[in-house]
Amino acid sequence: MKKALWMVPVAAVGVAAARKAGSAARGGEDRAGDRWLTVTVNRPEEDVRQDGKLPEPLERLADRIDVRTQPAPGDRGTELAARLKEPAPPEATSVPARLAGQDPRQEVRRALREAKALLETGEVMLPDTPPTTRPTPGGRLVGLLSRRSGGEGVL
Amino acid sequence: MKALCWEGVNKLSVEQVPDPELRNDQDIVVRLVAGTTCGSDLHLIGGYIPAMRAGDVIGHEFVGEVVETGPAVRRHRVGDRVVVSSFVGCGRCWYCANDLWSLCDNTNTNPGVGQALFGYETAGIFGYSHAMGGLRGSHAEYVRVPFADHGAFTVPEGIDDTSALFVSDSVPTGWMGADLGGVRPGDVVAVWGCGAVGQMAARAAILLGAERVISIDRIPERLEMTERYVGAETIDYTTTDVAAELRERTGGRGPDVCIEAVGMEAHSDGPMHLYDQAKQQLRLQTDRPTAVRQAIHACRKGGTVFVLGVFAGAVDKFPLGAVVNKGLTVRGAQMHGQRYIPMLLDRLAAGEISTAHMATHTVSLDDAPTAYDMFKHKTDGCVRAVIRPGL
Repeated sequence: MKKALWMVPVAAVGVAAARKAGSAARGGEDRAGDRWLTVTVNRPEEDVRQDGKLPEPLERLADRIDVRTQPAPGDRGTELAARLKEPAPPEATSVPARLAGQDPRQEVRRALREAKALLETGEVMLPDTPPTTRPTPGGRLVGLLSRRSGGEGVL
Repeated sequence: MKALCWEGVNKLSVEQVPDPELRNDQDIVVRLVAGTTCGSDLHLIGGYIPAMRAGDVIGHEFVGEVVETGPAVRRHRVGDRVVVSSFVGCGRCWYCANDLWSLCDNTNTNPGVGQALFGYETAGIFGYSHAMGGLRGSHAEYVRVPFADHGAFTVPEGIDDTSALFVSDSVPTGWMGADLGGVRPGDVVAVWGCGAVGQMAARAAILLGAERVISIDRIPERLEMTERYVGAETIDYTTTDVAAELRERTGGRGPDVCIEAVGMEAHSDGPMHLYDQAKQQLRLQTDRPTAVRQAIHACRKGGTVFVLGVFAGAVDKFPLGAVVNKGLTVRGAQMHGQRYIPMLLDRLAAGEISTAHMATHTVSLDDAPTAYDMFKHKTDGCVRAVIRPGL
């Protein structure tokens, strides 16, 4: 029994995510697919938009996203925001689409995080590989959540 | 290589896993000289920390020798003896730049999981679940250390491996509790827990000028160790009314700063313990906050409570009324190791802090599962078991 119970918090995370997605689909969060996704980069604005270009890997998405930058308050660097030019439809932001990695916002979130890391540190920290050595049903679920997590979250 | 793996709730085993490799230019690979059991490991071994996978290598407090460096590493060379902060910090995000290293923006490779749990993710930590970065742990023959220029510190000559080992996590964690708890000269400080972190919090409070430091536990050898090596007064909560004793020893005021160094599996001898344990086992609360509640009630009006123990989720019967009506400051944090480790190595070298006494047992990697069992059940006077892969 106890063996199974440790999965409860993980499942709760999934439920919370599903609820959030569900409310979006029902119109409870009418801007979910259209919201600016934002990170604060601890670099001055001229470093973030060097020569007017977007930082990598956002530059590769340039034809599909709008980007805006502004100085962050309190000398915290630069707020870097991006959103899809074509807002993601509700079905694209559903839980199945997100679990399948088909929500287009996931790619934008991942690119924002990687751009921030590259600008601040010069690299994107990679996980150890292989992540673990023994596949189990619970482990596969955690593995799926981990694979998606770079494109998920509150960003 | 051999490594200590989490295989399921309360199941540990030593397995063969692939050797670590340099994954980024700022990485190093360290050959483990020594690691140690930590009370926070017991929470993940027991299944209280979500997002563990069978086969995950655990361990996060270690000292070792650099055997490989990435091309962008500047401060370390092969052969350096290093102690490594358990939390990984990039050194350049706003949080690292402001010495809040365990909140680093760039070292948790699974940010979405942490954000779902806490609102925002923590930094990555070695061997502590996929919610907290998914990095491999250090109870192994080798471990990869990302952003090594910021998280690995050369151990000065004259500090032995065992003493240096605890500067990886326990000593800075304890120091942080006293420092960020705002301990000032003349204060009376109470510390819940006489494990390694609690002992180091008490020692930090003394070194920061506290007039009296009173540590609370129930294990006789830990209480004795705290008096002898730390220099704090002690209270055995199984034989003494802690709240009444603290009032008496503080002129009726209560301690100025209360530091909780117990965590989510707190024990007590009252009926609340049974209540908390039942709710935790049924997952109606994730953590048992017994010591936190007691600290909040015992703290003087306008005082500070610092939560050092590891908590994962939600707790029940949190005395918010006492916090508000007594005007308390309640603060907590995971360890900002990089902020303190250089200073602590100096203090260790100067003899101001003693750590080697906490290493009550030394075992090989093969015997690590047995050591964790002993550590968990506090048998044979175990405070910390040191795991040496080279034995």
